[in-house]
Amino acid sequence: MASLFKRGRTKATQTERVRERKHEGFLRYAGFRWAKISGGLCLLIIVSYAMVDVTPRHNGGSWYGYTLGTIGAALILWLTALGYRKRKMTSTAWSLKAWTSAHVYLGLSLIVIGTWHTGFQLGWNVHTLAWALMLLVILSGLYGVIVYATLPAALSNNRDEMTQMQMLEAIRAFDRQLHSAAQPLTPADTAPVLAALDEDPFAGGIVARLGGRYPNCATAAALRTLAASLSSDAAAREKVVGLLKQKVAALARLRAHLRLRALLEIWLYVHVPLTFALIAALSAHIISVFFYW
Amino acid sequence: MSEPVKVAIIGSGPAGLSAASRAAQLGLSHILLEKTDHLSDTIFKYQKGKRVLATPERLDLRSDCRFAEGAREYILGNWDEDAANNKVQVAYHAEVAEVTGEKGAFAIRTAKGDIFHAENIVLAIGTQGNPNRMRCEGADLPHIIYQVDDPEDFKDKHITVVGSGDAGIENALGVAEEALENTVTILNRSKDFARAKAKNVADMTEAGENGFMSIRTETQPKLVEAGWLTLETPTGEEKIECDVIVARLGSVAPRGFVESMGIEFTGPDREAFPKLSPTFETTVPGLYVIGALAGYPLIKHCMNQGYDVVEFINGNQALTPADEKDLAAIFAGLPQQKSVSEWLDYLRTRIRIFADVSPLQMREFMLDSKVAFYGKGDVVFEKGEPGSSLFAIADGHAVVEVGPDVTVPIEQGSIFGEVGLISGRKRGATIRAGEDAIFVEVSRTAALKLMAAVPGAKRVINRISLERQLLQIFKGGLTVEDLQPIVEDPAIERFPAGKVVLAEGDAGDDVYVIRSGSMVVEKDIGGKPIFLRYLPAGSFFGEMAVLSGAPRNATVKAAVASEVIRLKGEQFKDMLAKRPQVRAATEAAVAERAAMNDFIESRKASYSSAVDLYSDTATFIMKEGLGEATDALLIDENLCVGCDNCEKACADSHEGLSRLDREAGKTFAHLHVPTSCRHCEHPHCMADCPPNVIHRGPDGEVFMEPGCIGCGNCMRNCPYGVIRMEAAPPEKPSLLRWLLTGFGPGPGEPSPKWTKKQLGDEKPKKIAVKCDMCKGISGGPACVRACPTGAAIRVSPEEFLSIARLEEDAG
Repeated sequence: MASLFKRGRTKATQTERVRERKHEGFLRYAGFRWAKISGGLCLLIIVSYAMVDVTPRHNGGSWYGYTLGTIGAALILWLTALGYRKRKMTSTAWSLKAWTSAHVYLGLSLIVIGTWHTGFQLGWNVHTLAWALMLLVILSGLYGVIVYATLPAALSNNRDEMTQMQMLEAIRAFDRQLHSAAQPLTPADTAPVLAALDEDPFAGGIVARLGGRYPNCATAAALRTLAASLSSDAAAREKVVGLLKQKVAALARLRAHLRLRALLEIWLYVHVPLTFALIAALSAHIISVFFYW
Repeated sequence: MSEPVKVAIIGSGPAGLSAASRAAQLGLSHILLEKTDHLSDTIFKYQKGKRVLATPERLDLRSDCRFAEGAREYILGNWDEDAANNKVQVAYHAEVAEVTGEKGAFAIRTAKGDIFHAENIVLAIGTQGNPNRMRCEGADLPHIIYQVDDPEDFKDKHITVVGSGDAGIENALGVAEEALENTVTILNRSKDFARAKAKNVADMTEAGENGFMSIRTETQPKLVEAGWLTLETPTGEEKIECDVIVARLGSVAPRGFVESMGIEFTGPDREAFPKLSPTFETTVPGLYVIGALAGYPLIKHCMNQGYDVVEFINGNQALTPADEKDLAAIFAGLPQQKSVSEWLDYLRTRIRIFADVSPLQMREFMLDSKVAFYGKGDVVFEKGEPGSSLFAIADGHAVVEVGPDVTVPIEQGSIFGEVGLISGRKRGATIRAGEDAIFVEVSRTAALKLMAAVPGAKRVINRISLERQLLQIFKGGLTVEDLQPIVEDPAIERFPAGKVVLAEGDAGDDVYVIRSGSMVVEKDIGGKPIFLRYLPAGSFFGEMAVLSGAPRNATVKAAVASEVIRLKGEQFKDMLAKRPQVRAATEAAVAERAAMNDFIESRKASYSSAVDLYSDTATFIMKEGLGEATDALLIDENLCVGCDNCEKACADSHEGLSRLDREAGKTFAHLHVPTSCRHCEHPHCMADCPPNVIHRGPDGEVFMEPGCIGCGNCMRNCPYGVIRMEAAPPEKPSLLRWLLTGFGPGPGEPSPKWTKKQLGDEKPKKIAVKCDMCKGISGGPACVRACPTGAAIRVSPEEFLSIARLEEDAG
């Protein structure tokens, strides 16, 4: 640049602190550092499993099995700690993005660590329960990774610079206008409008929230009724129909927003409780193994 | 007609009351004139229970009245008691209409027609002015208020706002907040709201359409009764329910009144104060001005001045001001031993910018300044360091390292560091003491105040800074003599944001230097303006045309309101001819820029969409005001999952309040600019902070130190709405306790409901809350650290709009 002012922050001043300003997502963090580490670990396990000769055969009780089991159990506890790390705002330099990146890739490596630990001996017992729960946790996490990678752009497009509060506020504003606009209507036309006013935008339950379908939407019903109605003053009805159309659009935006947010969050309600179930099963697995040593 | 008194004090606020108490204690005949029926009307009108702070803490209180931080009632109660104990003579309902006469025989006529005679007058009327009152019948009823301190004091009430200016509309919008369930009506005598800002009118209209308030135009109040208000409407009279009337009918500023007495001000601008001697005497002998009107808005200052001014009037020459010991502390570390007044005189006579400063102003500036001794070779500051203070050389000289092995001396009496003052950017060069020296460091706010109050100081600073800026930009190849013709008659031009400085294809060979603000360079490629680069303050442009003689090859326009220095092409050519170094530097810059232009043009052919996106993104960023940012939070909405962990981290890293609103703000191509501080080059929030607690820190962060008085000026001055007025919530139970037992509100800002429950009836003072870039937290900004997906980044505009980025995006 033609400036003498060296504005780049290449030379840190004494008080300059750690700054994260590289623009990259958690999956690409540090040039896929954790993907490489995790992949390397898996490769090491697969190769060494084939090379190491354990008698009579590979199983969880061999020295090799114990090693993998210990690594796996420690890893599970460390991965669980993300929930604490994310909420504990200590002042030292750490990056939740780095933690998430490591969590994702090391979590995936547990498929190999856990499965190879079993020596492929599965059955109907507490040991296999722990293994199955671990796979379920990983599976739900995998869903989380996929939605985190795909849905944010849709969330951003749908909200179009509006905040959730503003969406709710817009619906309330239409309600107020509907309330006064519906005054001249006949009782038969007023009833569906009143029902639409009483509608709770959050109602509908988990299925509607996740599916985004609201067949019993009172606003949509009111719009259908009034569009087909022949009673009431035409001008007044037209105005109400216009407002209802706007409210339907506003509701659609809010519902799409809530749906996307629900899809981004729902898996955590599976992932986290299953993790605790896994830790319980894991404890039972470890205790029983040592009990029958 | 009354007996003449030694001193009449006009205004019974902290300053006037303290003055009257001192007069009473000294046994001087006196009278305290108060226009209302109670003392200290400004504080009286504060909302109930409002906490009044006693800043600055380091200043000792010297008064016969008590004052310590406390609730409004406590302070007013103390003062009433003190006034009675001191046997202060008060005349209530004495609004002064006119002052005539001269020292020894002033006559003061009140609005009621009473005349008071006094030898001296102390004016302590503050700066609030008198709000215009309602004029209809019943206008003296107590439910008519003239200000709204806190809209939340009104719940479920019928409120009528009279007045169609910004103040009225803002109050109406405040109390019309849905949660407060008030029924709000706003009255306007005329048909439209011509006096108010368009944004306020739009907000009000929207609130009206949404049924939050009723807007009545061509309507005015006719009769006020308790609970009811009769209106005069175009269709006849109408009676509406009304529990509170908020009258915002403008006010008469006190300046006209003060000038009518013959008192001169320091200048014509709004910030000017009456000219005062060290004893607070104005240009009219026997007339004294103290308190907010004299430029001291803080209560403690006012009370001390009240005490001092009466001592002076009583002939006490030996009195040293209450700040004497603070000043003594400032001079304590210096090798020579001098008294405070000797030091002040020493500085005033030896430093050019202080030449026209009055002794009283000098004390004030020194309180915001530091004086230090530097041994030969000691570094004062290093190139690239942040800092916006101004240095003046009281003794010895300084040397500037303008280039490798090139130093330039700065002589005694001159200043340095002024570039930071003007452009708000980091230090441009390293400065050392050339010999054993004494430098004065004046804070940015004190320096700006100095420039506003003392025109002579402003001229000197401007001239020096212009000269230095040019020297620095042209890499030390020039000398002061080369710049003489330019500095003598500088062509400084101002451009509002978005205004074109030069257009592509124009003829012309003038060269421009950006003095403050920033510019964007665009080029028309394929019929579309393509963003080429961002030019921060301190860059120059237009030099290509001088060297090539061709028309302008790109358009340059102001990204934010900017100031440029225009150099004639001829002048510039002369400089180039005389100084081969400058020619080489300029040619190198031209080559670099030409290469960048070529790069973008070539990319445009092969990666058209990437270049378009880069260009559109740059345009968006500039439109969002990030041209004046130094460090802003951006969110990539391709990655943001909406977890709000950034907000929670922000709240938990500070006193439980989030300084950012992730969801609010504009978005372009999934790049979101949330509502959070950008740490502007010239922070708007700093412009008017009475206790002067907003500063720029060592990492470039604009932060607030403790001492905020909650006036809300910064919040109103911030164009980006990033400052909140909020009280810190009570301590939360620990995170582990919440995780294990669910007790408490969990991470992040607690809900207002929880806070309210914890506090009960206590109403803590709301102070300004803003991003401090996590100052003092070694890990750096918490919002970015706590983002699980990497969506949140903090960048400066030139980092974000670098070519490297375009290359990255283009793959």
